[in-house]
Amino acid sequence: MSQFLIYAIPGLPYGCVFALVGVCLVLTYQTSGMFNLAFGAQAYVSAVIFYTTVEDHHWPLWLAAVFSVLVVGPLLGIALDRLLYRYMRASTTTVKLITAIGLSIGVPSIVDFFFGSSEKLNPPSIAPHAAHTYHLGSYYLDGNGLFTVVVTVVLVVGLGLLFRFTAVGLRMRAVVESPRMVQLAGISSERVSMLAWILSSMITALAGLMLAPIYHDVDVNNFNLVLVTSIAAAAIGGMSNLPLTLAGGLLLGVGQQVLAGYLPLNSILAEGLRPSFPFIVLVAVLLLSPAVRRGRSAPDPLSGCDPPPPPLAASLRGAGLDRVSRVGLPVFVVAVMYVTLFQLSEHYLGLMTEVAIYSIIFLSFTVVTGFSGQISLCQMTFAGFGAFTAGQLATDHGWPFLVAMVAGGFVAAVCGAVVALPALRLGGLYLALATLAFAVMADEFLFPLNDIGGGEAGVDVPRPVLGPIDFGADRSFFLLCFAILVLVSFVVILIRKGTIGTYLAAMRGSEVAASSIGINLTRAKITVFALSAGIAGIGGALLASQVQHADSESFVYQYSLVFVVLVLTTGARTVEGAINASLAYVAIPEILSHFGTLSVLEFALFGFGTIAYVKHPEGILEFQKRSSIRKFNQLRARMKHRQDRPLIHGDDSGPGGAESGGRAPGIAGEVAGLSGAGDVGD
Amino acid sequence: MALLEAEGISKHFGGIAALTDVGLSADASEIVGLIGPNGAGKTTLFNCLFGLDRPDRGRVVFDGQVLDRLPVHRRVRLGIGRTFQRLELFAEMTVREHLLAAERARGGGGALWRDLLNMSAPTADERSRVAELLEMLDITDISDRPAESLSLGHGRLVELGRALATEPKLLMLDEPSSGLDRAETAALGATLVRVVAERRTGVLLVEHDLELVRHVTSRLYVLDFGHMVISGNTENVLEHPSFRRAYLGRTE
Repeated sequence: MSQFLIYAIPGLPYGCVFALVGVCLVLTYQTSGMFNLAFGAQAYVSAVIFYTTVEDHHWPLWLAAVFSVLVVGPLLGIALDRLLYRYMRASTTTVKLITAIGLSIGVPSIVDFFFGSSEKLNPPSIAPHAAHTYHLGSYYLDGNGLFTVVVTVVLVVGLGLLFRFTAVGLRMRAVVESPRMVQLAGISSERVSMLAWILSSMITALAGLMLAPIYHDVDVNNFNLVLVTSIAAAAIGGMSNLPLTLAGGLLLGVGQQVLAGYLPLNSILAEGLRPSFPFIVLVAVLLLSPAVRRGRSAPDPLSGCDPPPPPLAASLRGAGLDRVSRVGLPVFVVAVMYVTLFQLSEHYLGLMTEVAIYSIIFLSFTVVTGFSGQISLCQMTFAGFGAFTAGQLATDHGWPFLVAMVAGGFVAAVCGAVVALPALRLGGLYLALATLAFAVMADEFLFPLNDIGGGEAGVDVPRPVLGPIDFGADRSFFLLCFAILVLVSFVVILIRKGTIGTYLAAMRGSEVAASSIGINLTRAKITVFALSAGIAGIGGALLASQVQHADSESFVYQYSLVFVVLVLTTGARTVEGAINASLAYVAIPEILSHFGTLSVLEFALFGFGTIAYVKHPEGILEFQKRSSIRKFNQLRARMKHRQDRPLIHGDDSGPGGAESGGRAPGIAGEVAGLSGAGDVGD
Repeated sequence: MALLEAEGISKHFGGIAALTDVGLSADASEIVGLIGPNGAGKTTLFNCLFGLDRPDRGRVVFDGQVLDRLPVHRRVRLGIGRTFQRLELFAEMTVREHLLAAERARGGGGALWRDLLNMSAPTADERSRVAELLEMLDITDISDRPAESLSLGHGRLVELGRALATEPKLLMLDEPSSGLDRAETAALGATLVRVVAERRTGVLLVEHDLELVRHVTSRLYVLDFGHMVISGNTENVLEHPSFRRAYLGRTE
């Protein structure tokens, strides 16, 4: 028993932090419907400001703490709420998740821009007597740890009382149910939500200050790892139960330390356990907890008032424009190929190859998110499985690379099916969280293993050779990547046009109606998820083949987060969306690299793309395309209108008559343009 | 044995007993009504029969097979079709595409390799069946309109057509007339009678419009507070005092 406690007690502060962050997640999820994946970023802001004011400007600790927790934290909460969240109350789970991820990428990049990205070691603790060790018999806890425990207990009890017994708490709970219903009852749901964000931002800031000393470093990655464990705590609480979340957090913190203590030192089990813990717990909760299994998020009762998503822009295109683009696209592609192959320098040829390869990886998002509406946060992990499999098979077992690459895609697809199986039924949030936890597990545990990622040295991945053709040269390798991109694009288009695409379109319209015509939704979703993982695996193998190397750093989970934000903001429903996202991903850092310090802002640009995404969830590209097609149609209708003027003048006496000029022909043009695609309106 | 036999169905939601020991049966070529005041448990019973909710107790036998824990799509393939109280249409699809999707799902299609080989376009056979259905429901003229532009009445017909495209032996309709005017309701009733006559489909109808119920159903079940209070021939039930008590209110 005493041995147990010796391991358990140092786990308490960790457990408390997991619990506190878990409670924050539940609080904001319950009051605003946002699952705050930007927790790490918010905590980072406060922790950096605290660190800078104390270390560089020599503020007293208490002043810096009050400033960063009671001023910066709430201000950040208000800013986010005013600028973003208030527009998102009625948004889908996907939009909310992507926005939060966008912030988690963008905000730290802004912070580093202003405060410098140098390491911030040994941050001061806000606990009184932080360094003092408190003894109780043979057990001990340091001051920072004790402080963390006490603060957690006080905060959690306070929050519980607030929720249960105050009018504000009741309103917060009502806003979760339906913000619009609350408005109808005469309560400003905006104000209630803002209050919840202020509150949670304060706690988040405080958590940031308490966490940094535990890790001896102010690093956003540490905050994100804590976030992933806290997600498991929140899942134990069913995303709604504060006491259970608290217990879950404590269990996770103490459990990690205790198991690490009892397991043999330096064994695979001991090393792999901690990073795998969140994923294992999440999957166990998904499989075992009846509350979670039953707790499908109920849609907003008034969501029936929302208009359906707009049709694909391509369907608005008239026959004339269709012909132009049918001829124009191949001409454009051939021109790009010619310039790339014969005009560009080595450097830019390499960049174009990257564009082609990332396009392949990004198309895996088109399949999983664009078609089946699921969010996967571990696509780059699947790419890693593809790359390592291909590399190991080609280098160690002498397989031809192209065969090894296909095998890599297959392995990735199997991984995808296994990961998705427990979470797919629940979909949405839980799938996203489970994939995030899986990505972290792969990063910290699976990929560093010798048998998978080749350990420290990594894995050598050769360039492909096909019979007499050697793809070792950059030019031929570009051609190969481009050919595979074309192939994958066709696969994606065929899936969209085919039976599975039809089933998924039905599912996006109404899950219950789709199953009511006999569609096996689980099968369709798993097929698509595995296919998407397979595409990512093939892309990953090519990515590794380009630099002829892959190691555990090549496929870290942060990439998946950046990519999912980038592809969804650009447009996840079409092939050209993925290709444009890839262009942006390769071109923007290239351009920024010419501007010195500005290059830190790369991720801020990607991250804050989500602000546009909130207003146009179909993707910026789709939106642009639709509006330019509309404009073209208007223009054409106006020209036609001018020619036909005498005729129309005769029989049109409505308010949109020829004389009224100005806007009216525009509207007429729009209707004319629309009618090319199918009769709209009653 | 009847086509559908349900017996002893009970379902609780938390502390509320939505259904208590409820049973019913329905057979081919007949229209059976299920009526009762709001909150009586009609939709819950539908969901239990259809597999959207799992009953706490009781069993459902369809076409000689115990349904028990069968998922929704398997029940549909056995021959149960259904429409919904609140329209559940596929927003991105046209009317024709709704029926084509259902037609394809009935065949159990969805193999990945067929999609990849571009062999998934609707077959001539599928097209002609769908055209037939559109004709029967008299919605051929709107067949290329997107679902989002339809009126409620047309939407209900599309749901009916979509359910019929799965070639059900039993069709479960959840308040098909809600939101329709008198003429549309009458037309719907006529269509139902025709479908039953032509296809020998059994229909289980949840409905508030008593005029429609009186016209088309041969038997009636009345639910009240989760209990099946009375069942029998439509005319007898509608005259029965306990029906009046359940439906029209209690006179003290």
